[in-house]
Amino acid sequence: MATPVLDKVEAEAAASPYITATFRIRRFNPEISDEATWEDFQVEIDPKERVLDALHKIKWELDGSLTFRRSCAHGICGSDAMRINGKNRLACKTLIKDINPEKPITVEAIKGLTVLKDLVVDMEPFFQAYRDVMPFLVTEGNEPTRERLQSPEDRERFDDTTKCILCAACTSSCPVFWNDGQYFGPAAIVNAHRFIFDSRDEAGEQRLEILNDRDGVWRCRTTFNCTDACPRGIEVTKAIQEVKRALITRRF
Amino acid sequence: MKIHKYDTVIVGAGGAGMRAAIEATKRSRTAVLTKLYPTRSHTGAAQGGMAAALANVEEDNWEWHTFDTIKGGDYLVDQDAAEILAKEAIDAVLDLEKMGLPFGRTPKGEIDQRRFGGHSRNHGEAPVRRACYSGDRTGHMILQTLYQNCIKEGVEFFNEFYVLDQLIVEVDGVKRSAGVVAYELATGEIHVFQAKSVIYASGGTGKFFKVTSNAHTLTGDGQAACYRRGLPLEDMEFFQFHPTGIWRMGILLTEGARGEGGILRNKDGERFMEKYAPVMKDLASRDVVSRAIYTEIREGRGCGPEGDHVFLDLTHLPPEQLDAKLPDITEFARTYLGIEPYTDPIPIQPTAHYAMGGIPTNVEGEVLADNTTVVPGLYAAGEVACVSVHGANRLGTNSLLDINVFGRRSGIAAAEYSAKADFVELPENPAELVQEQVERLRNSTGNERVAELRKELQETMDANVMVFRTEQTIKTAVEKIGELRARYKNVSVQDKGKRFNTDLLEAIELGNLLDLAEVMAVSALARKESRGGHYREDFPNRDDVNFMRHTMAYREVTADGQDSVRLDYKPVVQTRYQPMERKY
Ligand SMILES: Cc1cc2nc3c(=O)[nH]c(=O)nc-3n(C[C@H](O)[C@H](O)[C@H](O)COP(=O)(O)OP(=O)(O)OC[C@H]3O[C@@H](n4cnc5c(N)ncnc54)[C@H](O)[C@@H]3O)c2cc1C
Ligand code: SF4
Ligand code: FES
Repeated sequence: MATPVLDKVEAEAAASPYITATFRIRRFNPEISDEATWEDFQVEIDPKERVLDALHKIKWELDGSLTFRRSCAHGICGSDAMRINGKNRLACKTLIKDINPEKPITVEAIKGLTVLKDLVVDMEPFFQAYRDVMPFLVTEGNEPTRERLQSPEDRERFDDTTKCILCAACTSSCPVFWNDGQYFGPAAIVNAHRFIFDSRDEAGEQRLEILNDRDGVWRCRTTFNCTDACPRGIEVTKAIQEVKRALITRRF
Repeated sequence: MKIHKYDTVIVGAGGAGMRAAIEATKRSRTAVLTKLYPTRSHTGAAQGGMAAALANVEEDNWEWHTFDTIKGGDYLVDQDAAEILAKEAIDAVLDLEKMGLPFGRTPKGEIDQRRFGGHSRNHGEAPVRRACYSGDRTGHMILQTLYQNCIKEGVEFFNEFYVLDQLIVEVDGVKRSAGVVAYELATGEIHVFQAKSVIYASGGTGKFFKVTSNAHTLTGDGQAACYRRGLPLEDMEFFQFHPTGIWRMGILLTEGARGEGGILRNKDGERFMEKYAPVMKDLASRDVVSRAIYTEIREGRGCGPEGDHVFLDLTHLPPEQLDAKLPDITEFARTYLGIEPYTDPIPIQPTAHYAMGGIPTNVEGEVLADNTTVVPGLYAAGEVACVSVHGANRLGTNSLLDINVFGRRSGIAAAEYSAKADFVELPENPAELVQEQVERLRNSTGNERVAELRKELQETMDANVMVFRTEQTIKTAVEKIGELRARYKNVSVQDKGKRFNTDLLEAIELGNLLDLAEVMAVSALARKESRGGHYREDFPNRDDVNFMRHTMAYREVTADGQDSVRLDYKPVVQTRYQPMERKY
């Protein structure tokens, strides 16, 4: 086996290419004003850092009142979905160099949910839609003493939709959801899919009925915004299509 | 101020909190207070697996698992607790499967298992496949599955409520829990929750280190709240440094990567773990591997222009295997380092990972006020607690296990206690301490900044109380922490508002980190031996004669309000395993 070398990282680490980037942030604090405004911040930063690092720099060094949610800082907790240069992304998974720091970088709250302060939105309607699709395994009959068996193929069937971190990037990028908050939205459908296609589950019919509703899966117009937005790489539109097909064929 | 009354209050909605909530809600009127939305909890970041001797893929049994846990913990483990952990592991995994957790499967359709560091066949003979997993997002699936089942059970959550104080009342000379005080992020309102029993499940405290796998929100709030009210903290000097964090960032690359065959290499491409652990090699216990990495770095065999890291090499593994078994961590390498793990090795360094110490409990999760007395109505489970099943060093996959086994136990025990106990009367002015704290910070005009103090704290912790420690370095840290605690009194926040004031809460969290850092350093200074995660270069050997005992740290306050850490010790529970030298 060849001895590993790592010229790439070493070369990059040698130089320390700090740049000055402008972050144009949509500010809103009803304690101060009913109007939202754009505010610019200049940040000295390594472009290999994340947008979340820049937001922290602003909060910690320039303006402590800048408010956003975050926790894990590596794309796993779903706290920090926001609109960055007009696209929904996780701030902690977006490197500054990948979004053209030559021009001002715009950062605003995700759309379609009520903004409460700066980048913080009211997540309750989003979680309500999630709860409405019965996002839990439903089984009948006696519990086996050991595990329920499931073949690797059956397990693979719903693997993609188990990855969801409930960040709302998909739902809040959906034009149908913007126009009508009653629509379940892609994230709820993704999570229904996760159970409908789980061979162990026995409530698929019920979930399909829920999604057959006026505000359900038929509202989707396949614009693919959700798939583009998903930071977990879930094929959201495909999952929605599979649910639609299951509704027609009643086979899943 | 609002007052609420519940039978059982659970602080935290990570794995431990939600596992407890599922049990407690079935048996008592329960509220779960959590500073994060439940699915944001850091349990979701866990990657590798959850240990249980299911013996689905090869011979295994819970007694071997017990032994490995005790040996891995360098014999500081309470052996009765380790036995419960290993025995109940099997049902804990099966319960999760029945709740819907999508485990990886064998061709026969059973739960698949993989190797993990320190887990062995027949008392150290060879690695065993004991870790149940779901790709490299086992923690994510546990967190989601538990949340889903909380929805199913109708668990009542108070999201974005920060618990900042534990109410302790002395009744007939016995310390009892009356409830907790919480701060509501959305409104700035203070809430008192009177409860017959309280369970702390508020997670770890890794944010006092700079390079860490822990979330920004892991600031030891639960430990600090109890400590400030005179309850002890156990074994706080024992912190685990995971060998493979992404260089400089600390983001974890699971040990599962080595379980799948990944190899650590120094700048000469040498598989250096063969020198340090001839049998287990790259899968030796974490403290052993972390020290080996730093030894390589110190002796000039580190990689990069500054020689400050080593490589995790996955390039010999088939891309299909990486895609199937390690999709998330390979993506981390691509996203954050711009490296393709199929073809390039990944630069790594040890990262501060897990608090073995915490709020002392017995095996029912009851919190101890001293070596033997329990605080009626007060429980703790998960990373915030110290049972102690992890002793001086936790084995990989034993924490996801711990949160399920002891989360469940404490949920049942607390609810059963609530069923027979009365409410303890609230103290006069129950919210006083929190109100004062919040008002002081909001009105302060001091010139110290939270971010600056936190940075200095993290730097001193990384430099002085990490993988290698000496009397000299620890003393430097103690002194620095003292200075920072003094300067903390002059901290001010810029955001003076009530709504979503995260500026204020970061200041409070920093206060907690400072208190706990002091406890950690003082405990480490007194432990003049090396054991598990605590390695003293000036005392490189384990000293069972003087230090086969748990540290118990108490906050002492003098009449003039000065506080300091007082140390005491507690015997280790030994049942069937005699301490041996730990070799891998
Ligand atoms: C990156 C990573 C990978 C890991 N991989 C593994 C693994 O493969 N196997 C394994 O066994 N272990 C692993 N661990 C360890 C394990 O994941 C954790 O120890 C465990 O998940 C902790 O669970 P918990 O429920 O105690 O705490 P957490 O999941 O951290 O939850 C803490 C909860 O407390 C709440 N909280 C905190 N403070 C307050 C407050 N003041 N008021 C109200 N609520 C509060 C939070 O909102 C949160 O809900 C890993 C850890 C990390 C960091
Ligand atoms: S499907 Fe993707 S974008 Fe939508 S909530 Fe889940 S993780 Fe976020
Ligand atoms: S902070 Fe957790 S997903 Fe970004």
